[in-house]
Amino acid sequence: MNIAEMEPPVSVISTLPVDERLRLTFLVEEFNSLYAEVLDAGRIADWPDFFTEDGVYRLLARDNAEAGLPLSLMYCNGRGMLKDRAYAIENTEMFGPRYSKHQVTNTRILGLEGNILSARSNYVIFETHVDEPTRILQVGSYHDRFALDGETLLLKERCALYDTVCVPVSVVFPP
Amino acid sequence: MGNMTQFPDRSKVAPDAERLKDYTWPEDPHHVPEWIYTDEYIAELEQQRIFQGRTWNYAGLEVEVPEVGSFIRSYLGSMPIIVVRDEEGVIRAFENRCAHRGAEFCRSYRGKAESFTCPYHQWNYGLDGSLQSVPFRRGVKGKGGMPKDFDMGANSLRRLNVTTRNGAIFVSAHDDMEPFEDYLGPQMLEQFDTAMDGRPLRLLGVHRNILEGNWKLYQENLKDTYHATLLHTYLTTFGLFVASNETFVITDEAGRHSATCNRRPEGRPENDETTAEIGSFHSAMQLEDPSVLNIVKESDSPWTSNALTIWPNMILIRQTNIFSARQIVPMGPDKFMLIWASYGYADDDEAMQEHRLKQNNIFGPGGFIGIDDNEVIKFVSDGALRGSERDGVIPLGKDDEPDDTVITDRALRGMYAWYRKEMGL
Repeated sequence: MNIAEMEPPVSVISTLPVDERLRLTFLVEEFNSLYAEVLDAGRIADWPDFFTEDGVYRLLARDNAEAGLPLSLMYCNGRGMLKDRAYAIENTEMFGPRYSKHQVTNTRILGLEGNILSARSNYVIFETHVDEPTRILQVGSYHDRFALDGETLLLKERCALYDTVCVPVSVVFPP
Repeated sequence: MGNMTQFPDRSKVAPDAERLKDYTWPEDPHHVPEWIYTDEYIAELEQQRIFQGRTWNYAGLEVEVPEVGSFIRSYLGSMPIIVVRDEEGVIRAFENRCAHRGAEFCRSYRGKAESFTCPYHQWNYGLDGSLQSVPFRRGVKGKGGMPKDFDMGANSLRRLNVTTRNGAIFVSAHDDMEPFEDYLGPQMLEQFDTAMDGRPLRLLGVHRNILEGNWKLYQENLKDTYHATLLHTYLTTFGLFVASNETFVITDEAGRHSATCNRRPEGRPENDETTAEIGSFHSAMQLEDPSVLNIVKESDSPWTSNALTIWPNMILIRQTNIFSARQIVPMGPDKFMLIWASYGYADDDEAMQEHRLKQNNIFGPGGFIGIDDNEVIKFVSDGALRGSERDGVIPLGKDDEPDDTVITDRALRGMYAWYRKEMGL
């Protein structure tokens, strides 16, 4: 897994007609807003439902990705692992209570092949712990492949690539 | 001739006796004073007497610097260093600080270089850290330039003593260190070789992580086997580590290093009597994808996990098929960085690498049990920083009892007995 495999080396505007790009961008933005809402509400048990049955989630440090190193901070391959991650967060992990807010921006459609839609966005996650000022947990980018069915999107792969290489304390909820 | 510039020996600088009078270690060996987690002077003294003292400090893996000129940013204690492979293939380490104006010039996590140049005035250093060239050494038009007697040899990067064992790199500020094998002692060496057996490694990746707490809390955490079955519900729920498992806690003679080895039984710990005492145990839970925790047999070791703490800054872990080497980098009294390198072996096939990558979800700053530790260290640190004064207590177990129980603080007492000697406290 490296960046070159995820995206074409030269970034150009997709050749899809502008109306189609507008429609697809809206669908992705709406998807990301819902994704953020669910995570920011702490509804981690619903998180696997954003993925297809064989969906893959990777959370990668940017320096590792650039060096072609495959280690992830979180890695789920398939619904089973996504659910196991959700279960661990809800039932076995110990962590201080926190609020989070995702901001997802710069959404761009890269292309549509068959029913597979490729897109990328940037994200920032603010985190607030009890009696502490709000801080930035992560700044990064989503590199996504969605399965498109009519107006419905499901993630076949979400690779969250974070610039915040020195992770502050811990990342509990998947970005 | 190479780089002859030695690192200054600060370990012989006597601590400020007047200042040390303010610190009185409690008489009860079960007590740990909380000022060792919060005090600036103690933190400074630790750099001098421990990290720059007579210790071998873990600094990275050989596989991180695979070719001539490959380098990584690393640390000796809190001090930034560069670890690099030179033209002869020898691993070198030196302070990341220009001999001229003192700039910390190497700013990349990792890379490959033919030489190192400080951008400020372009002083150039070879891969062994020796000063190679200084621009305008003779000045311009006969004016300016370096003094005639300027000694290039005396202005190299400060080099460190380097040794390796089975692919791990250790550095020391002292040239006359005992061999690493003697530093560990025979029992710990055997444990070390189980977690890193000498086959060529494959680097899977490196996590960098800032923790809010004193660096010793991390050493403690790994030596404190009592917490493992209580805090880490994931371990007990899915049977990776249960208090009644066959387990040994071993320390070296000095008490500074330790290893916990554990054998996990096949299947889940449903009928284990000890789970009744663990309030957080979830007996009904099954993993949706249990293959993640499969044990792929890859060595003759009777143990399924070995967790080593190597004084002063290394945690080396083998858990099922996960291997990781963690470097503790103190950042003042109440903060430290962890650099966690995760590795497999070069002869892993694709399926084995995938298995290791999946299993690695357990560790790291986003890991099923990594999160527990990182969070609880902040809780302890917040207590020490904000609470009213009280000693921590480490009363569990006896120092002379057999080493086959986890319900003990024995390894912590050993570490602090050694710490007091090195620190003169």
